[in-house]
Amino acid sequence: MPQIVVENLVKKFRVAERAPGMWGALRGVVRRRYRDVYALGGVSFSLEPGELVGYIGPNGAGKSTTVKILAGILVPDSGRCEVLGRVPWKQRVEHVRRIGVVFGQRTQLWWDLPAIESFELLRDVYRVDRSRYREKLDELVALLNLQPLLDVPVRQLSLGQRMRCDLTASLLHSPPLLFLDEPTIGLDAVTKLAVRDFVKKLNRERGVTVILTTHDMDDIEALCDRVVVIGEGKILCDGTLEELRTRVTTERWLTVDLLDENGSIEDPDVDVVSREGHRVRLRFDPERVSTADLVARIAANHPIHDLFVENPPIEEIIARLYGERDS
Amino acid sequence: MKPYWVVFGARFRALLQYRAAALAGVGTQLFWGVVRMMIFAAFYRSSTAPQPMTYPEVVTYIWLGQAMLLLVIFRADPDVKTMIDTGSVAYELARPLDLYTLWFFRALASRTAPVVLRIVPVLLFAGLLLGLQPPDSPLCALLWVVSTAAAAFLSAALSTLLTVSLLWTLAGEGINRMMFGLIWFLSGIVIPLPLFPDWLQPVLNFLPFRGLLDTPFRIYMNHIPTDRALLAIGHQLAWTVVFVILGRAILGVGKRRLVVQGG
Repeated sequence: MPQIVVENLVKKFRVAERAPGMWGALRGVVRRRYRDVYALGGVSFSLEPGELVGYIGPNGAGKSTTVKILAGILVPDSGRCEVLGRVPWKQRVEHVRRIGVVFGQRTQLWWDLPAIESFELLRDVYRVDRSRYREKLDELVALLNLQPLLDVPVRQLSLGQRMRCDLTASLLHSPPLLFLDEPTIGLDAVTKLAVRDFVKKLNRERGVTVILTTHDMDDIEALCDRVVVIGEGKILCDGTLEELRTRVTTERWLTVDLLDENGSIEDPDVDVVSREGHRVRLRFDPERVSTADLVARIAANHPIHDLFVENPPIEEIIARLYGERDS
Repeated sequence: MKPYWVVFGARFRALLQYRAAALAGVGTQLFWGVVRMMIFAAFYRSSTAPQPMTYPEVVTYIWLGQAMLLLVIFRADPDVKTMIDTGSVAYELARPLDLYTLWFFRALASRTAPVVLRIVPVLLFAGLLLGLQPPDSPLCALLWVVSTAAAAFLSAALSTLLTVSLLWTLAGEGINRMMFGLIWFLSGIVIPLPLFPDWLQPVLNFLPFRGLLDTPFRIYMNHIPTDRALLAIGHQLAWTVVFVILGRAILGVGKRRLVVQGG
C-alpha cells in the first residue's frame, strides 16, 4: 500500500499587484488588484514505503509547496492527499508525529541554546521516552559525528554543522517518513558527501522513506532511484534516472584527449560540444552509430591519448526537459 | 500539557538572560515612578475635593504599576513575527502541538519573564524608600498573587490574539499600536482607574483592560474589598476565556491563509 498518495493537488496564492511608481502606490491604497498564481496546478504521484525520491524543478516550480502540503503545513485549494493514511492538514497533530522535516534554508534549533537543549526540548515535545531518546541520540551522534557540537550554541555552528544537527533534530522521534527540502543547499563538498551518505544509510538500512528536493544534481545521482521533475506546478516527468534520460535524449558523450593540441576530429556522426586544450567533447546518437564502431573509427583516424564514453550530465537532461516544456 | 510547559520553560529561561535590559529597565521604571508620584502629589495638593483614592494609595498603585509595567507593554509575539517573516513558522506547524496553545504559552513566557526580572528590585526599592505600602492584609496579599497570575493569563491571551492577527496583516505594526494605545489608557498605567470620572466607571469595569493591572493593584490595597475580590478575579478569567475562544476561532480561519514565505 502506498505511503503517500497525491491526486490532482492544486494550490494557488494570491499576489497583490501594484502599478509601478507613486501613482501606482496611491492607487493601491484605494483599490488592490490581485492575481492568482498557481504554485501547484494538479499534481499527482504516489510513493511506496522505503522509496527515496528526488523531487526537482527550477526555483518557483512548486517543490517546497508540495513538501509543505505533505507535511501538513499548508492547506491546498483542491485535490486529494494522504500520507500514512492521514490527510496531513486535517489531522495535522497526529500526522506530524510520524514525519520528520528539514528545511535546508532555515533551522528548527533554538538559536541561542546549545543543540543538545533543542534536542531535549524536542524529546518532550514529541513525548519520546528517555531511554528510547538516549538510544536514538547516541546513534545519530555517532553517525553524524556530532559529539563536539552538542554543547555549542547553535548560532556559533557553521552551516554544515548546523545542518547535521538539524537532521538529528528531525529524526529523534524515529519517523518512518522524512522530508528534506534542499538539505544540501550552501554546504561544502565534504559536508554534502556526509549528508548524502547519511541519508542513504537511513533509507537503505533503516527503511526510512525519503522525499528530497534539491537543485544539486549530484545529490540526485548519488541518492535517488526515482526522480520526479516538476515545472510551473505540473509534473513533467516521473521515473528512474534512466527513464528520464532516455525520455529526453538518447545521446551519449564521447570525450577524447588528443595528442596534438591543435588537432581536430572530423566525423559525420558526431558534433563537438566543447573543447578545452587537448580535450574535445563530442556527442553522438548511439542509435545511428554503434559506440564500438565510432570509438574504433576515431581511434584509427586520429592521434589520440585517451577516450571515454559517458552519459550527458543530469543538468543537461533537466535543462532540456525544461526547454521542452517552454517550447 | 507537558510539552507546552516545556516550551514555556525554555522560552522563559531564554528571556531571563536579558539581565542588562532588566537592570536598565529597573532604573527607568524607578525614575518614571518618581516623576508620576510628583505629578500626583501636585494634583492632590491643589485639589480640595475628596478623591476616590488617598494619596498613599495612589503611590502604592504607581509602584505596583512600575513593577508590573511589562505585563502591559505588549505586541504580537516578536518571535512568531520573525518566524512568519522568515518562513520558520513552517517548523511550528511541523510539531505535534496545537498551534494556538503553543503560541499562548510562548506569549505567557514573553509576558512574565521580563516582569519576574524587574518586580523584586522595583518593589524592594519603592517599599523601602519611595512610599510603597505593604499589602493590606495577608489575605489581600494572597488574593493579589492569584489576581496577578490571572492578569498574566489575560495578558497572554490578548497578546496571542495580536499574534494570530499576523496571519492577516503580516506586519502587525498597525494593530500593535492601536492595542497599545487602548491598553495604555484603559489598564490604569497612566492614571489609576478609580480617578476616572464616575460616568466612565461602569465602562471601565466592564472592559477587559482593568484586569491587567488595576484589579490586582486594588485587591492588594483592599480598595476592592476582599469579599468582592473573587468576583474581580472572575472578571479577569472570564475575559481570558473570551480572548482564548476568539483567538482560536481566528487562528482556525487563518491557518488556511497561512503563506510560508520564501524557499
